[in-house]
Amino acid sequence: MTITADPGTGKRTAGGNLPGTAPRRRRSGRLRRIGLPYLFLLPALVLELLVHLVPMLIGIVVSFRELTQFYLRDWTASPWAGLDNYAVSVDFDAPAGEALLASFATTCLFTVASVGLCWLLGTAAAVFMQETFRGRGFLRTLFLVPYALPVYAAVITWAFMFQRDNGIINHVLHDQLGLTDSPPFWLLGDNAFVTLLVVSVWKGWPFAFLIMMAGLQNIPRDIYEAAALDGAGTWQQIRRITLPSLRPVNQVLVLVLFLWTFNDFNTPFVLFGKAAPASADLVSIHIYQSSFQTWNFGTGSAMSVLLLLFLLVVTGLYLLFTSRGKKATDGH
Amino acid sequence: MAPPASFLWARRIFLALLTVFVLLPVFVMVTSSLKPLEDVTGKFRWIPSGLTIRPYIDIWDTVPLADYFVNSLIVAGAATVCSVVIAVFAAYAVSRYSFRGKRVFTVTVLSTQMFPGILFLLPLFLIYVNIGNATGIALFGSRGGLILTYLTFSLPFSIWMLIGYFDSVPRDLDEAAEVDGCGPLGALFRVIVPAAVPGIVAVAVYAFMTAWGEVLFASVMTNDATRTLAVGLQGYSTQNDVYWNQIMAASLVVSVPVVAGFLLLQRYLVTGLTAGAVK
Repeated sequence: MTITADPGTGKRTAGGNLPGTAPRRRRSGRLRRIGLPYLFLLPALVLELLVHLVPMLIGIVVSFRELTQFYLRDWTASPWAGLDNYAVSVDFDAPAGEALLASFATTCLFTVASVGLCWLLGTAAAVFMQETFRGRGFLRTLFLVPYALPVYAAVITWAFMFQRDNGIINHVLHDQLGLTDSPPFWLLGDNAFVTLLVVSVWKGWPFAFLIMMAGLQNIPRDIYEAAALDGAGTWQQIRRITLPSLRPVNQVLVLVLFLWTFNDFNTPFVLFGKAAPASADLVSIHIYQSSFQTWNFGTGSAMSVLLLLFLLVVTGLYLLFTSRGKKATDGH
Repeated sequence: MAPPASFLWARRIFLALLTVFVLLPVFVMVTSSLKPLEDVTGKFRWIPSGLTIRPYIDIWDTVPLADYFVNSLIVAGAATVCSVVIAVFAAYAVSRYSFRGKRVFTVTVLSTQMFPGILFLLPLFLIYVNIGNATGIALFGSRGGLILTYLTFSLPFSIWMLIGYFDSVPRDLDEAAEVDGCGPLGALFRVIVPAAVPGIVAVAVYAFMTAWGEVLFASVMTNDATRTLAVGLQGYSTQNDVYWNQIMAASLVVSVPVVAGFLLLQRYLVTGLTAGAVK
């Protein structure tokens, strides 16, 4: 309860019944109270509108137009295309639609695998490091390094490690362990999916670790003491107390990881360049390539809108089925 | 009660493997940056044929790395400062006031998190080009355009996290400040902001890292003069050679400032997340 949240009952209006100057003061007070939050929100609102919402609306409009490089100077002059761009995108028998569908399937598989592994590593590391032991602080710092490194610097290093002829991975797997007949290509063909997954997990799991560590700090210590008194061992405490207590944190974490991984552009782009191999052709790269390579922004926009619709539906369903969603949409 | 041996062994093995996984690229980055070119173009060598600091000297000449560095600093620094200030005001409004459209605002801001970057890359590109054509204000290719773009990337998460953080500052404190004659701004800057320093630092770190590491918009929306490190690092590959030792040296150089800053401030990030985002 705050005085500002409910001006009708707050202390501020208590003096308002005094005769004379009171009504004027009350009115200006109320004006200030009503106007102020909007004033504080204005910069954020304007920027969100300018950089996210207006472009999104333009993107939706463009998706119904035939926008090629000839109309770049003035996109409003581009001819109306109706649903043509969408028809091309979802015509799964034609090359464009077929490629989009394949890339979408790849992205889904990749996202599930990456989020799952990130979650697993992050949770396990956080749970194992809940109790203090020698070197814990050092390890905690170390584990955050992949998160802190700029994407391009880290991913370019991985690209070097996965080089066929001069990379460390093939040197170990082929030259030293003799696991393969000939050194495999990691950045081409089917292996590219594995490569992308390894890099993505390496980059992403520390975030899960960070969030899980934060979540663990909110579990009161005395629950463990009570459980220990009742005879619960360490593993049992983890299964019965730690993991269930993390559930609300999990729900946010998985959603955030899902959205970030699904939309990730930076990792595949630095790893493979503008054209990713088919096995690792994520949707964001695919749309980028089909837009800026062919300069066909109409189709690219239609594909983006379809992608957004998919994300909206998934997120909506997810929020509907998790307790966290109710809290988030209830507002603060 | 001491944990059982099974737990201790599981912990040791798991953490050891994870450490190797985490450190492998760091090891490759550091060692390769000190190798002569033959060592990084031929088979990988654990023991280099010779150690050299040559790559660290050459990186500045092969590409104008210093210029890219300055561009990245300006863009990421400005985006961070703007983003934090704007987020503080927005989060304050949401945390302390009730007003019409509050729910719409929070839900909208949060949902911009889920937009694929590619969705507004194309339109933003069009908008910047058209604004440039119509008014002569060069947003496309300029640092300003990039700053404007980046500061909105970290904004939703920053606002969301600060709302949680401000909520955890007891209202009695700012009520007391208002009774003592502070206006709302006074209460914000004298009471709430000082009490929320860890959250604000966490948000700033996040904003800086987001801007410093962004690749997609940097590669479309910059030109020769405004190129950031994210794009500039690609310049070490020529038609004939890839200067892997220089790439590794340059990667290390551009990483050191952010990693050092991050590791110094990471405890704020954990406390910030505990109070702000994870509730």
